[in-house]
Amino acid sequence: MKRIILATATLLIAAHAVEAREQIKIVGSSTVYPFSSYTAEALGSTTKFKTPVVESTGSGGGMKLFCAGNGMDTPDITNASRRMKAKEFKKCQKNGVKYITEMVVGYDGIAIAQAKSTAALDLTREEMMLAVAAEVPSKDGKSLVANPYHYWNEINAKLPHRKITIYGPPASSGTRDAFEDMILKHITKHMDVYTDLYKADKVKNKQYKKFHKIRQDGVYVPSGENDNLIVQKLAKDTQALGIFGYSYLAENSDSIAAATIEGIAPAPETVQNGSYKLSRSLYFYIKQSHINNVPGMLEYANLFMSEQMIGDEGECADIGLIPLPEEMRANYRSNLKELTRMTPSAFDKKH
Amino acid sequence: MNKSAEADIAIHTNNDAKMDTTTMANDLNNNEAGNTTASFMNEHKSPRQRKRERANARFHFYGFAAIALALAFLVFFFVDIIGKALPAFDETEVLATIHYSEAASKNYNKAIDKKMRGVVSRAWLRNLPAYMKAHPELMGSSVELWMLADSRVDQYIKQHDGHGLKSKHKHTVDAMLKDGKIRTVFNTTLFTNGDSKLPEYAGILAASVGTVFTLLITMLVAVPIGVMTAIYLEEFADDNRFTRLVEVNINNLAAIPSILYGLLGLAIFISFFGVPRSSALAGGLTLALMTLPVIIITTRAALRAVPESIREAAYGLGASNLQTAWHHVLPLAMPGILTGSIIGLAQAMGETAPLIIVGMMAYIPEAPTTILDATTVLPAQIYTWSTESMRGYGERTAAGILVLLAVLLSLNALAVKLRNRAQQSW
Repeated sequence: MKRIILATATLLIAAHAVEAREQIKIVGSSTVYPFSSYTAEALGSTTKFKTPVVESTGSGGGMKLFCAGNGMDTPDITNASRRMKAKEFKKCQKNGVKYITEMVVGYDGIAIAQAKSTAALDLTREEMMLAVAAEVPSKDGKSLVANPYHYWNEINAKLPHRKITIYGPPASSGTRDAFEDMILKHITKHMDVYTDLYKADKVKNKQYKKFHKIRQDGVYVPSGENDNLIVQKLAKDTQALGIFGYSYLAENSDSIAAATIEGIAPAPETVQNGSYKLSRSLYFYIKQSHINNVPGMLEYANLFMSEQMIGDEGECADIGLIPLPEEMRANYRSNLKELTRMTPSAFDKKH
Repeated sequence: MNKSAEADIAIHTNNDAKMDTTTMANDLNNNEAGNTTASFMNEHKSPRQRKRERANARFHFYGFAAIALALAFLVFFFVDIIGKALPAFDETEVLATIHYSEAASKNYNKAIDKKMRGVVSRAWLRNLPAYMKAHPELMGSSVELWMLADSRVDQYIKQHDGHGLKSKHKHTVDAMLKDGKIRTVFNTTLFTNGDSKLPEYAGILAASVGTVFTLLITMLVAVPIGVMTAIYLEEFADDNRFTRLVEVNINNLAAIPSILYGLLGLAIFISFFGVPRSSALAGGLTLALMTLPVIIITTRAALRAVPESIREAAYGLGASNLQTAWHHVLPLAMPGILTGSIIGLAQAMGETAPLIIVGMMAYIPEAPTTILDATTVLPAQIYTWSTESMRGYGERTAAGILVLLAVLLSLNALAVKLRNRAQQSW
């Protein structure tokens, strides 16, 4: 019985102990996580600050925790593999998280890859969309039908007679979000056959505004958050394609090779100059109200934004980050110095 | 068993009960002993009996096949894991000159020759400035010493495919190998370090300490509450509709997917009580919730196994309910209770799902010093490593699994030993 009382007492003490915090807490995207935790480790081992805790919750999960309030039990920084949404910014404002600084650390490319022994493949984003979408335009292009394609040459006669099998991330993953954005939504929002349906009935046919439903007939195989698993599957199933982050491609270049997208292979240069289309920016957001309460936050941010980490020859580039062009790095560094605040107008212009 | 078989047995029992048991034994052994009973049986083998024997042999085979299959999986699993894990217990070191200079105290890369960059572990080098500050007498000297190698060098030396070593470093390493400037030693880093983003520097220390903290809390909360509940339900409570309802609910709780306990833990401990996220306290309490039903059920079973005569003897001497339970029943049931608790805790130790929800699946390289510090646990550490893209983590994942398995097996062995030692026959 004494122990129970003791446990309850500890609980109550715990409830009061959260006010002071020595350690930075970071949440957010699993794509930014490797770079963020790498920086955290560098901060911990080269300065007097404690190593920040980095939790990989996914971009959306991170925003939810970050915007929950200003209390010391909420995270100080959230990582994201996409920009903060206007909706999330509003939620932050509503919960009192007024001043937020936005940083971009670099790019992440999505690679579409296959076993190295397989003949090279070049795809367009549209062909990729036609291979994975749940519904595609019919032959006459006037209506939508359930995806009938099972071989690449059915989509485009120039492609090889090769079975379509795609190992990709599951619905919960940030890479999947990015894939849907860059391939499905990007193409379908410009195709009348989808958007006409939306215009006809905006409530019922909302999904057709930017159609991004992936087929579920076994052609697209959701393969878990673990990208290593997809790499292993590709080595065995040489007909298949896999979708995953660029760092896995770089790290496994002995067994897998990238398919080119519109003639361009993923590489740091092609991502930077924008010619490789399947890439996205990686962000982190700083909660300004915590800067004075949690030691080391600015040091962490400065270290993350330093040439040593995200420069062309930086240590994050070594583990798969694609660096920003130099003038953008300088730009964000000056933002960090001045702690530029995000404003609602930031969401007006297209990115 | 169908009707005719029952009749069959009935006939045998009528004929000669002793003979029948002998037949059964023979059936089981599936051989024909040359004694008189067997020869007597042979003369009387009816088709129905042969059928029965065949069915028996078939069942025997199925059972054996099931065990063989399970063993085959187990052997496959162990061979695979051990094969992958063994390389992780070696680490590569390189012999190189280190310059304790003014420049090195500012930029650790300058402490070694340029061609050694990328060969020596960056995580190891990173500690130099702090080390030099602590030892100012070293300033200006140059020493040749064995340093931790980069994980790519390590993978290259271990001849793993896809080591990722750049060709310029490969030349350096090949030359050093020829000069005997590379050696492999027992991997102490694995046991003295916490997590790291550089595989050669990553270890299980922080996760192990975290596991101990978390399990201690689980134990301190779940065992007393669980045992008390079981004693109350078994020894004190009346058998009425309410206690039966409680019992059904406890049995149900034991079968609930563990991730739901994570959600419960998040809602109660973190959101309501304000326990810090990712802390050993949050994780331990959540796991305690999960372990409670297991402990209650096993404790009740252990209490029930104590014969009624012991209780009655105690009552007969005028002992109260409390005295009976505390002085007589509980000590006799102790081995069973301990076994159940240990198995429950072992289960909690291998659990990850609820801990994801309370934030313990994170990059936390430092071992916790209090139960309120952010911490991670072994299974979470294993999972984190398994998702890393760098090759060096593969073998560390397997090594982590091996360590976890070893601990779990010894916990279970302890449970078995306790049970055997205190086995009572009444």
